Amino acid sequence: MTPLETLTAQARALIPEPGVITDPARLRTYECDGLAHYRVTPALVVLPETAEQLAGVVRACAEQQIPYVARGSGTGLSGGSLPHAEGVLIVTSRMRSIKEVRREDQRAVVEPGVINLDVSRAANADGYYYAPDPSSQQICSIGGNVAENSGGAHCLKYGFTTNHVLAADFVGADGDRVRLGDDAPDSPGYDLLGAVVGSEGTLGVVTETTVRLVRLPEKVVTLLVGFDSTDRAGAAVSAIIAAGIVPAAIEMMDALAIEAAEAAVACNYPDGAGAVLVIELDGPAVEVDAEYADVARLCEETGAFETRTAKTPEERGLIWKGRKSAFAAVGRISPDYIVQDGVIPRTALPEVLKAIADLSERSGVRVANVFHAGDGNLHPLVLFDDAVAGAGEAAEDVSRGILDLCLSHGGSITGEHGVGADKAAHMPKMYAADDLDTMQLVRCAFDPDRISNPGKIFPTPRLCGERPGRRKGAHPLQESGVAEVF
Amino acid sequence: MSESSAGRAASEASVSRPTQSISGVRPGRIERPTSTAEVAEVMRAAAAAGESVIPTGAGTKLGWGNPPTSADVLLDLSAIDEVTEHAAGDLIATAGAGTPLSRLQEEVASAEQRLALDTTVAGSTIGGTLAANTSGPRRLFAGTLRDLLIGVTLVRADGVVAKAGGKVVKNVAGYDLGKLLVGSMGTLAVVTEATFRLHPVPQSSRWVTVGARDAAHAAELTQTVLHSQTVPAALEVDATPDAIEVSVLVEGRPDGVAGRTTALTDLLPGSVAGEDPPAGWGRYPWDDTAEMCVGIKVTFRLSGLADVVEAAGEHGLRGSAGVGVAYVAVPADRDITEIQAVLARLRETTARHGGSAVVLDAPCEVKEQLDLWGPVPAIDLMRRVKDEFDPDHRLSPGRFVGGI
Repeated sequence: MTPLETLTAQARALIPEPGVITDPARLRTYECDGLAHYRVTPALVVLPETAEQLAGVVRACAEQQIPYVARGSGTGLSGGSLPHAEGVLIVTSRMRSIKEVRREDQRAVVEPGVINLDVSRAANADGYYYAPDPSSQQICSIGGNVAENSGGAHCLKYGFTTNHVLAADFVGADGDRVRLGDDAPDSPGYDLLGAVVGSEGTLGVVTETTVRLVRLPEKVVTLLVGFDSTDRAGAAVSAIIAAGIVPAAIEMMDALAIEAAEAAVACNYPDGAGAVLVIELDGPAVEVDAEYADVARLCEETGAFETRTAKTPEERGLIWKGRKSAFAAVGRISPDYIVQDGVIPRTALPEVLKAIADLSERSGVRVANVFHAGDGNLHPLVLFDDAVAGAGEAAEDVSRGILDLCLSHGGSITGEHGVGADKAAHMPKMYAADDLDTMQLVRCAFDPDRISNPGKIFPTPRLCGERPGRRKGAHPLQESGVAEVF
Repeated sequence: MSESSAGRAASEASVSRPTQSISGVRPGRIERPTSTAEVAEVMRAAAAAGESVIPTGAGTKLGWGNPPTSADVLLDLSAIDEVTEHAAGDLIATAGAGTPLSRLQEEVASAEQRLALDTTVAGSTIGGTLAANTSGPRRLFAGTLRDLLIGVTLVRADGVVAKAGGKVVKNVAGYDLGKLLVGSMGTLAVVTEATFRLHPVPQSSRWVTVGARDAAHAAELTQTVLHSQTVPAALEVDATPDAIEVSVLVEGRPDGVAGRTTALTDLLPGSVAGEDPPAGWGRYPWDDTAEMCVGIKVTFRLSGLADVVEAAGEHGLRGSAGVGVAYVAVPADRDITEIQAVLARLRETTARHGGSAVVLDAPCEVKEQLDLWGPVPAIDLMRRVKDEFDPDHRLSPGRFVGGI
């Protein structure tokens, strides 16, 4: 038997039907995640129902030295759960139990396949919700959120997934199960959970997560503000932050993004706007009312020509619908597009937006801008038509150019989508060889054989066992005169 | 002397430079580099000579943890003490590891901003706070340094300089090494510079304090506040043999704070509102150095508060009831078997409520007779991380969990 045949037999012994998939046609269903231009058919797909089954599969992978990739709903946008052609894809969608919602402890215990929004739904009756809310929160899974440390519109005020994950049951690359963190904060020892969140499945697989629940706010106010330009909208954002206000969300869309959203969901954004801001304030009613007055005044002072405040949950829903549908909506005005995810210091927004516009004009490639203005997380949508020869390449050039702009302003190549398979080649632009080398120390501790989601995040990592740092300069023995190099 | 530098001198006056011993272990020599490059040089030389290195800032928590098994070099980072960047519009600041927290706060206060972290030990530096992951009441509002740190420059045990994270709040590129370093007690690498996210200074603050009849009542009051719409920035309990008090801090706009203060006084019959914090606010229930007592940190699920207060008994506790972290001071002159019994009781109770009891500080002779860290889940994985970062175990050897 080949190692894969052995593994398949082991998986069948562990996981009841129909949890082991070998049929080539069905395997192809799993060939990509949300980044559909990378496609790899996995050698085997398993859908465990329990942590024991999942750990058993990982242990078998370790024994056979076969790589594995974990995947939840497959909504990731960086190819973080792109399968390995000779490997196993572990799909957690059948591990979907909300095990506990404990109001008195303000936390919930959930399995990795649980849908993000379902955690909030389960907690709402007690007056609580789960704060991290990626745009895909209706379909993305908590396991994927943990792997990617995904954020969303509300993370400027409420933090990212990493700030809301308290503990996890974890299966290491050897198949051993360990508890990371604890039910209480500040578990003694290294913050291994902090290292695992956002490690994109390269350190192991989380099989259960304890998350923090946040009290539902007393009042929420959502504003839609129209400006004639992104510069003026940006000035409003700066004025709001300078006034000491941290809104729950502050999102910007430019003219092209508005056009796309209108075409798709008829959200009725202000006519002729060069940019809109979606601003959400939440908290105690008195506080929100005072902030609202200030925000409305600051927007007016910086040139807003129209300010609308949602009066009903339906109106609030429509404002957000325009924003949250923006990615998909772009399909209405362009056959193809690339969603980029870069970060800049917020104060560099005017300069970077202008540079993106210049880049667009020079290349003839249209770019629609949708972003989290409060924290500088850009999501430029680079539009192209793949039917036109060379258009895809031109769009990729522009997309890469935007990331370079982010880096030249001291930003990051990803704010919430992850590095995945897509941006591994960009990592050396952001980090020096020694920085990447140091990150590899963590990988070597967790997964020395590199069977857990190989090929993601890092370009060509050093081998575990090669001691760090000693690859350059003189050997210490040589330096101390004990040995010589001939 | 300008007003600000006079204030700085006063706030840093209590800093004692570490020249004596680390939990009774005398360092072979003291190195005092002034830059990351110089730290790298010290680390390379120490690596070549096989020497152990113990990083320190103001030395305020040098007595925490186990005594080191070796201390050839005390690496004093107090000269790396500049706030190198404060980008007010981006709500971030970068400072050297030896920068006193008070200096960073003073610098960013000029833009009405703050690092939302309490100084629980006077004179503490950025690096020491990061290594020990100390926190006070405001952790309910903003978390600990773990949640505020966004970038870090470190020097490895082999002298290689590396960076992780960056200077933007939102960044998921690569492993979050900063998280591993926070609370690592100087055993993985030497942090020389760190970047933090800042928060605006609130326009107004009020404290509402109420006496509780007993532990169960304190827990009940705590739950009442947590489930209310008053959005406390801090929720503390201070239990002594004579009284138990629950205190709530609300911060924000004057109107909002006034309204929430009224809501709190309605929720908590018999409470008193004031503009000043109650005595002992944000400080451990022992002096800055635990020469006279055993300082224990306890953690627990929120629902475990009453049991943990009961377990602390006559020694009382003080800390963040709203997050499940508190501190207990046991007089060090008690019989060692009694101290061990208190620690065992606290461990059993906190474990029942998903937490732990760790001895932070104690006189050397007492410490020797205690298991400071207690049981640690995932210790094997922690050892593997240590082995990768510091294969020769030369950084703060023996101070941390499991003898790491």
